[in-house]
Amino acid sequence: MNLSTWLPVLILSSSLVPGLVIFMLREESHGLRTLLNLAGATIKLLLVAVMIWGVFHEQVYETRWTLAPGLDLVLHADALSVLFVTLSTILWLVTTVYAIGYLEGSPHRSRFFGFFSMCVTATVGIALAGNMFTFIIFYELLTLATYPLVAHKGTPEAVRGARIYLTYTLSGGVLLLIGAVWLRTIAGPLDFVQGGILSDYALDPDALRWIFVLLIVGLGVKAALVPLHGWLPQAMVAPAPVSALLHAVAVVKAGAFGIVRVVYDVYGVEYAAELGVLTFLGAAAAITIVYGSVKALSQDKLKKRLAYSTVSQVSYIALGTAILGPLATIGGVVHLVHQGVMKITLFFAAGNYAENLGIHRVSEMDGVGRRMPGTTLAFTIGALGMIGIPPIAGFVSKWYIGLGAVSAGEAFWVLPVLVASSLLNAAYFLPILYRAWFRPPPDRWPAEVPQTGRWEISGALLWPPVITAGLALAAGLFAAAPYSPLEWAEIITLREYRS
Amino acid sequence: MSSLLIWPIALPLFGSLMALVWPRRADAIGLASSIATLVAAMLLVGRVAEHGMIEHALAGWEPGLGIALRGDGLSTLLLLMSAIVALVAGFYATGYFRNADLKAHFWPLWLMMIAAIHALFLSGDLFNLYVTLELLGLSAVALAALGGTRAAVAAALRYMTIGLVGSMTFLAGIVLLYTAYGTLDIPSLAERVVPQPAAWVALVLVTAGLLIKSALFPLHFWLPTAHANAPAPVSAALSALVVKATFYLLLRLWTDVFDPLVTMEAAMVVGLLGAAAVLWGSWQAWRAERLKLLAAYSTVAQIGYLFVFLPLLLAMPDGDARDTLFGALVLFALTHGFAKSAFFLGAGVILQYAGHDRIAELGGTARALPVTTFVLATAGVALIGLPPSGTFLAKWQLISSAIVTGQWIWLPVVAIGSLLAGAYIFRVLGYAFAPGDRAGPVLAIGQEEIPALLLALIATIVLGFGAAMVWEFLTPGLALGDSVR
Repeated sequence: MNLSTWLPVLILSSSLVPGLVIFMLREESHGLRTLLNLAGATIKLLLVAVMIWGVFHEQVYETRWTLAPGLDLVLHADALSVLFVTLSTILWLVTTVYAIGYLEGSPHRSRFFGFFSMCVTATVGIALAGNMFTFIIFYELLTLATYPLVAHKGTPEAVRGARIYLTYTLSGGVLLLIGAVWLRTIAGPLDFVQGGILSDYALDPDALRWIFVLLIVGLGVKAALVPLHGWLPQAMVAPAPVSALLHAVAVVKAGAFGIVRVVYDVYGVEYAAELGVLTFLGAAAAITIVYGSVKALSQDKLKKRLAYSTVSQVSYIALGTAILGPLATIGGVVHLVHQGVMKITLFFAAGNYAENLGIHRVSEMDGVGRRMPGTTLAFTIGALGMIGIPPIAGFVSKWYIGLGAVSAGEAFWVLPVLVASSLLNAAYFLPILYRAWFRPPPDRWPAEVPQTGRWEISGALLWPPVITAGLALAAGLFAAAPYSPLEWAEIITLREYRS
Repeated sequence: MSSLLIWPIALPLFGSLMALVWPRRADAIGLASSIATLVAAMLLVGRVAEHGMIEHALAGWEPGLGIALRGDGLSTLLLLMSAIVALVAGFYATGYFRNADLKAHFWPLWLMMIAAIHALFLSGDLFNLYVTLELLGLSAVALAALGGTRAAVAAALRYMTIGLVGSMTFLAGIVLLYTAYGTLDIPSLAERVVPQPAAWVALVLVTAGLLIKSALFPLHFWLPTAHANAPAPVSAALSALVVKATFYLLLRLWTDVFDPLVTMEAAMVVGLLGAAAVLWGSWQAWRAERLKLLAAYSTVAQIGYLFVFLPLLLAMPDGDARDTLFGALVLFALTHGFAKSAFFLGAGVILQYAGHDRIAELGGTARALPVTTFVLATAGVALIGLPPSGTFLAKWQLISSAIVTGQWIWLPVVAIGSLLAGAYIFRVLGYAFAPGDRAGPVLAIGQEEIPALLLALIATIVLGFGAAMVWEFLTPGLALGDSVR
C-alpha cells in the first residue's frame, strides 16, 4: 500500500467524509459546516494536483476491491479521468462558495451540503472508475445523491421535478446495466483501456451494435440526448447552485463522459467506426444540438433557456466523439471542460439576477447590466463563449470539431450543423446581452434586495461567476499553454490513438 | 465441537421458557438469550468456514432414528442473518411495546419462533422439518395477532388457516416419501429417490405446501394483511425471516432430495410464477396507501425474485458459474432480509410518531424524522437493487446468467420490477420530503431508530462492499474478482 493505490481513495474521501460529517451537524453550526466544505474542497484540489503531475509522467494510480466473482471495484486514474476530476474539483470549490452565499438563512442547509458533497463524490467516482462496473455504481449513486437536491425546496413543483428526473434516470440506468452486463458476459472484464478492448476479440458484431445502442441510450438520458432530455428543463426547479453543478459537471456531464468512455476506452473509436455505430451517435448528437437551440429560442424563462442551451451544448461532446480522427476527439474532449466552465458562469449569473432583483425572465432583463455590471460581464463572457466567439473557450472546441469534421472527409455534414447551431446560439443569447446592456432599466425591479455592501451583491455570489468567466476566457486565450485544457485533451487524444 | 449446532436452537428455546416463568424480567431475559444466540451463530459460522459442513446426532442416536442436525454454508449463513435480525428487532421491540403485559406475551413467542427458524435451518430430516415448520407457523400466527386489533386478529386467523393447509400438504408429501423409501433422513433419501410416480406426487405436494408458506404468487394473498397488521418488529421478522425459512426449505429439498426429478419445465413454471410475483407485488406496492402494506407487497415481489433464480440455477452446468449464481441467490435473500426488516422498523417508528402510516399524509417526515427517512431511503436502495447494496450485485449476476443461458425472458422482468420498486420507494420519499404541518426535533436519534439504521446499513453497505465474503464462505476456492472471464 502506497500513494499510488491510496490517492484515488483519498480523493474520493476528501468530499465523502466532510459530507457524512455535515449530515450530522446541527443546522446552526454554520461556521463548522463552511470550514468542512472549504477544507474538503481545498484538500481535494491539492490531491488532484499531485495526481495531475503523476498522470502527466505516466504514473499508474489504481485501487482494486473485489466485490463478487468477476466484479472488481476499480479506481484508476488516466489522462481522461484527471481532466474530469480536475474540472469537478475546481467547480465544486467555486460552487460551494456560491452555495454558502446563496443559501444564507434558508432551512435544511446541513442536508443540502451533505448531499452536495455526496454528489461531488459520485462525480469524482465516475471520473476515476476504472471499469464499466465501477462506472455504473457511481453513476447510480449520482442519481441517488442528486434526487434530494432537486427536491430540496419541498414544494409540490420541486417534488414533481425530482420525480420526473428520477423516472428518466432510473430507466436509463436499467438499460445501461443490461447493456453492460451483456457486454461483460461476452467480452470479460470491461476495464477502460485507452484505444478500446473489443477489437481484440472476435465477437458477434450484431450483438455489439445492440449493446452499443443500450449503453448510449442509457447514458443519453443523463447526457440529455433528444428525445431523452425531457427531465432537464423540469429539474430547473432546483436551487441555482444545484442547477449550476448539474449542468456543468455532475449529471449531464456524467452522461457525456460515459459516452466518451464507451466509445474510446471500451469499443475503441476505430472499431466503433468499423461497426458503423458512430453514425448513430453522430446523428443523435446533431439532432440534439439543433433541437436544443431551437427550443431555447422560444423560452422566456432565463433558466429554461439555459437548460435547453445545455441540451444543445453538451451534445458537442458526443458529436466530437462520433467523428473518427484525432482533431474531433480533441474538440469533443476539451468541450467537457469548456462547456462546464461557461455554463456554470451563466447559471451563477442567472441565480444572482433571481436572488438580487427577482428577475426570472429574459423579458425582465432590460438594463440589468447597469445595476449589476460584474454579474452581467461574467454572463456576457459565458454567452459569447457559447456562441463560439474567439478568444473564449467555446471557440476552441468548435474550431477543433469543425477541423476534425473536414479532415475526416466523410463528416462534411457536421459543418452545416455547427454553423446552424452557432447562428441559433447567437439568436438566443445576443438579444439577452442587448437587453442587459443597451435597454434602459425599468423604474423598479421585480423584487429587489437593497444594496448593502460595496458591490452589487455579496462577495460570495459575485466572485464565483467572475472567476469562472475568467477561467473560460483564460482557457481560450492560453489554449496553447502547458496544462491548459486543450493541451490536456491533446495528451488524452495522443494516448487514445497511440495504441 | 459439532455440538455447536445445538446452541442456536437451545438458547432461544431456553430463553423462551425463562421469559414465560419470569414475565417481569422478560426484556432482560429476551435480550440476553438473543445475544447468546448470536454469539452461538457466529461461532457456528466460524466453524463451518473452517471445516465445511458439520453434523451432530442428538444424544448419539443414529440418523433415521434420532434427531440429526446439519449445518453447511447455506444454512448457517441464513441462521446468522436470522440471529442478527432477531437481536436487533428484539432490541427495537423493548422500546416499541410500552405495555408490560404485551412484553410478557411477546418475548416467549418471539424466542420460540426464533428457535423454530433455527431448528428449521439445521434439521437434517424431514419429520423434524415438519415439526419445526408447525412450531414456526403457530408462533408466527400468535405474534401476528399480538396487536389485538380486529384487523390483526382476522389476518392472523387467515394466516393460520393457510399455514395449516400448507403444512398438511407438506406432511402428505413426507408421508408418501416415507412409505415409498422407508426413511426421512435427507442424505439417505437423496440416494434412494428415483423418478417414479410416488416421488413425483411427493414432489408436487411438498412443493405446493412450501409455496403456500413462502407466499409465491398467486398463493400470496394471505401475506399482505398478515404482515401489515402485525406489530412492527413482528412484521420485520415475518417478512425477513419466516418466508425465507420456507424458501430455504424448498431450495434445499429441490437441490438435495428431488434433484433427479426436477425438470426444466417445473423450474420454468416456478420461475414464471416468481416473475408474476415480481410484477404484481411491485405494482400493488406502488398502489398501496399505507406504508406497511407497501412493505408487505414489496416482500411478495422480492420473494418472486428468489424463485426466478431457480430455472437459471437448473440451466447452469455445475461449475464456477453456477456457484456464482447460487451465491447471488443467497446474497439476494440476505440483503432482502436486512433491508425489509429495517424498512418495517422504520415504518413502525413513523407509525408511532405520526399515529398513522398513510403514505399520502407523510409530509414533513423528512424534517421531523430525518434518521428514519434515511433508513427508508437506504433500505429502499437495497429493495430497488441499486448500488452499493448487495441486491445490486445479485441482480447483476441474475441478469448475467439470464443472458448466458439464453433465458432472455427474465430481463424485462428484472428491468420492470426494479423500476416499479424505484417508483414505490421514491413515492414514499417524495411525500416524506413534502412540507408538512408537523415540525419536530432536528436530528434526534431515538432509541428505536438505531436498530433500523443498523439493519439498513448492513443491507446496503456491509453486504454491498463485503459481498465477496458471502461467495467465499459458500464456495471456498471460488475464483473472485476480475480473473473470471
